[in-house]
Amino acid sequence: MSKSIEERGYSDADVLVSADWVQEHLKDPGVRIAESNEDPLLYSSNHIPGAVEIDWTRDLNDPVRRDYLDRRGFENLMRRIGVSRDMTIVLYGDKNNWWATYAFWVLQLFGHVRAKVMDGGRGKWIDEKRTLTREVPKYQPGQYQAPERDDARFRAFRDQVLQHLEPKLPLVDVRSPEEYRGERLHMPEYPNEGALRGGHIPGALSIPWGRAINQEDGTFKDAAELRKIYVEENKLRPSDDVIAYCRIGERSSHTWFVLTYLLGFNKVRNYDGSWTEWGNLVQVPIENPSAERRDAAVA
Amino acid sequence: MQLLPERLETWLATMESLDRPDRIQMLIDVAGRFPSVPPRIAQRPYPAERRVPGCESEAYVWAEPKPDGTLTYYFAVENPQGISAMALAAILGNTLSGVPPEKVAAIPADVVFRIFGRELSMGKSLGLMGMVNMVRAAARQQLQAPLEETNYGE
Repeated sequence: MSKSIEERGYSDADVLVSADWVQEHLKDPGVRIAESNEDPLLYSSNHIPGAVEIDWTRDLNDPVRRDYLDRRGFENLMRRIGVSRDMTIVLYGDKNNWWATYAFWVLQLFGHVRAKVMDGGRGKWIDEKRTLTREVPKYQPGQYQAPERDDARFRAFRDQVLQHLEPKLPLVDVRSPEEYRGERLHMPEYPNEGALRGGHIPGALSIPWGRAINQEDGTFKDAAELRKIYVEENKLRPSDDVIAYCRIGERSSHTWFVLTYLLGFNKVRNYDGSWTEWGNLVQVPIENPSAERRDAAVA
Repeated sequence: MQLLPERLETWLATMESLDRPDRIQMLIDVAGRFPSVPPRIAQRPYPAERRVPGCESEAYVWAEPKPDGTLTYYFAVENPQGISAMALAAILGNTLSGVPPEKVAAIPADVVFRIFGRELSMGKSLGLMGMVNMVRAAARQQLQAPLEETNYGE
């Protein structure tokens, strides 16, 4: 039997709740449950009773520029899902909460600190045969006044990544090993997440995001297991200035969540430009082990 | 420009006439009626070579040759939460079975964006396009070296 969240030794266990906790708070007026998925059909097919949907493309992104929604957009989103500033939002979703932590990260750009993630996500809730519904709830629009979005603490931009390179500060590439090695670039037909070059940002550590998850039930590994991966194996320290990235910043928000809240790292930023920006930038340095192997073979 | 098979084009036109909530509902309904591969074609454990590369919903594709040289396409989706994969399987099976293989082989894999919308993530579209690509590959094989009627491409 897995340990309870409180027994796992996390730095901030308060950001993670169990499915039991969610079950007990389904009708709590101070709690809003929100599902955020990769698969656009899942929420409509069924969801936790009372849960609203936060769609990562429509709700969290600016429709024109490559950026997140602004203060007004965020306020409108919160009002639409009936959330006020003092309410607790509990996020869950598919792919072991990959997209739920992405939404959690965006909430933090607007300082909505009353936010939690349901451990194990949608998959665990379903595996435990808990109640699901297709009924879409309607809530009274909340009163929500947000501050301006503050990117400084949790978000990194390309110039900051470049500045990170010179002093060799830690970067964490959370993509698959094939992407990291430059063996897999993207699909030719895929319009939105392509990059002209493969490989990784020089010096980046390869720590795929899924290593933080217990594969049998999608829950987060306990703090000792996480420290083994990030601290012992990869020599990261909680006092480090860390930047995590992936392809568009979603998988790296999962690692950002793990390092910031579960392991208590002081300064972790998510570079959401990620490989779709870096792999298309002119003249930025890239390490590509697969290309280097090909060059060596030709020579 | 290569025209899509008529049944598929009609289906796509219907999809594109719907707003997002109705399109999602229609896809969920289609997924609910997805007919999994019949036992006479394949039984578990399904062979690895029939599995769609990159599809996390663990989808499989088979093609059964018909006397007229066309193919009937069958699918299995092992992840019960693989609703998008089930919807796509139902659409491909329904609109491409019995269509001349040269027309099926010419379908662009990015047809999945016309079905599901442009906002698919790369991971999700990788799996869905993989399903289309396996159907196209079966059609190409049929053009180059037609399958016997009892051979399902295994």
